[in-house]
Amino acid sequence: MIGGLWQALAAGYAGSNYKKLSGRMTKGRIIGSAVVALLLGGAVAAFAIAWRPAIAAIDPPSPQSFGSDLVRRGRDLAAVGNCADCHTKRGGRDFAGGLPVPTAFGTIYSTNITPDPETGIGRWSEAAFRRAMRSGVDRDGQHLYPTFPYDHFTNVTDEDDRALYAYLMTREPVHAPARENQLSFPFDRRFVIAGWKLLFLRYGTYQPDPARSAEWNRGAYLVEGLAHCGACHTPRNALGAERASARFAGGDAENWHAYAINAQSPAPVPWDADALFAYLRGGWHPDHGVARGPMAQVVSNLSSVPESDIRAIATYMAGVFGVPPPDRKPRRDEVLARVNSTSVQASKADATGAAIYAAACATCHETGRPLPYGGVNLALSTAISSPDARNLANIVLSGVRPVEGERSPIMPGFATSMNDEQISALLNYLRARFSNQPAWAGVEKTVADARRMQTVFLQTSPEPHNAPADASQRDKP
Amino acid sequence: MITLKVNGHDHRVDADPDTPLLYVLRDDLALNAAKFGCGLGQCGACTVIVDGKAVLSCVTPLLLLEGKQVTTLEGLGTIEAPAPIQRAFMEEQAAQCGYCIAGMMMRAQALLQQNPKPTDEQIRSELEPHLCRCGTHMRILRAVHRAAHLMQTADASTVQRSAR
Repeated sequence: MIGGLWQALAAGYAGSNYKKLSGRMTKGRIIGSAVVALLLGGAVAAFAIAWRPAIAAIDPPSPQSFGSDLVRRGRDLAAVGNCADCHTKRGGRDFAGGLPVPTAFGTIYSTNITPDPETGIGRWSEAAFRRAMRSGVDRDGQHLYPTFPYDHFTNVTDEDDRALYAYLMTREPVHAPARENQLSFPFDRRFVIAGWKLLFLRYGTYQPDPARSAEWNRGAYLVEGLAHCGACHTPRNALGAERASARFAGGDAENWHAYAINAQSPAPVPWDADALFAYLRGGWHPDHGVARGPMAQVVSNLSSVPESDIRAIATYMAGVFGVPPPDRKPRRDEVLARVNSTSVQASKADATGAAIYAAACATCHETGRPLPYGGVNLALSTAISSPDARNLANIVLSGVRPVEGERSPIMPGFATSMNDEQISALLNYLRARFSNQPAWAGVEKTVADARRMQTVFLQTSPEPHNAPADASQRDKP
Repeated sequence: MITLKVNGHDHRVDADPDTPLLYVLRDDLALNAAKFGCGLGQCGACTVIVDGKAVLSCVTPLLLLEGKQVTTLEGLGTIEAPAPIQRAFMEEQAAQCGYCIAGMMMRAQALLQQNPKPTDEQIRSELEPHLCRCGTHMRILRAVHRAAHLMQTADASTVQRSAR
């Protein structure tokens, strides 16, 4: 921001206006020196805001210098933070970076956070690591793009940063130079980030609320900090910052819609703390179905962290969802009953969609076979009740891949057997039959976009969507 | 009545539009290469090729096949004149019970038509939806590589018809 202003001023001063001014020397000089003074002042201010010193490089610490308890705690915290998901590219080595992250401003590539001395963070001291987490500045003093969610990580305590540092510094070093970001001007200039931080970064570690339970506070600390739930579930403004006025009101994650997880949640059966716990821990819940898209990786990570932390997250988030009044809280059986009464109208409205559903979907989704192996009854599907049709399009196209080494749900993708028109007919039918929401607008375009993005996504997304974080620690049903 | 194009021939089929393709292939057309495994699109045994792409015939209703070309294993070659993919599987003895193999061959065929020289990684990733309980995976991998090789050498193909 400030950098851009500076450039505009400098361009005006050096341009043709200066020549016209030079005709009236005295006045021109005064104006000229005023402009110079302003520019200098601005430059000094901008420098003070944007400049950060380098922190001295260290010799990479030996992995043995970190206690095993500390490293283990760091592992759990890294799982909560979902670090590996962004810092690992498809088919790449863990934490070696290189994943392209599409943003409204261009593509940003995640960096190598293995302890490789040349291309990773091997020469970073703990202080340098903590500064990156707190204020988004790398060891050299360069501003980091907020794709790295330091607006959340700034909340993390010294203790937890120490554990994370210990965990990362004991990973296997991988030589993997960072890829050049593809950003348009002025976003390719890092001093612009300093302006962004002035506007949107609120420093400070989490301050517990003494009126709440320890569990609630622990949940708040994790959700608002390391777990950075809002990074996907809160919509962003034109400058790519989370909108404080719409916390958890639904946002974007890669090419998926991250559902609203506040009172506006589209889930047919309202969430409560127990359901959240089961879902975050096991990856599915009988009233809600299975975690898909980028959330699959999140729950895969959460399955191996201490149970008390998942309880804490569930407790805090249940408060964010809010408690619907008992008389307006539909139960599972009520939702299912509602659907049975609307099915006839929906079938008439869209015969093609109904026939596709009957032949391709109902065999799994209507057998009543319990989750996670049977399909969820689609009346319970959040994807179908959601205001955004993208997730349903993604799932129908790509299906649900099983997780290697685990008992997990499977759904075949239909990208090769249905064209966009047929998938659109199916989606419209599902919406009409299984939700009490108005029809989606522009479903065909959503499906066409999803098909295009699917190809890109499958080529670039990290493998972990298909691999357990740590098979020995999984406790899925 | 629905007209279905299978292995280059038009067939008049008397079936509901929501009938799975697999049932028609096996019950009406007596094309038994595609197998019923799970009926849920989870095992791959029923895979056939539709317009050049591998499709799970047990979850593909007839109404999705209007104007499309279906190819089953029978359409690739015969016992006397096996297609390269079939020859490769025989030469590598890439079957034990063989129940999954027709499906494996069809998806491998679709892959090779798209990508004549797939890497090991690409073959593994492509064939991931297919289950084999006998553990013949390493032979199947070798067979797909061999088929790729056969398809590229002049003497390989006898009457190889490209599956559409």
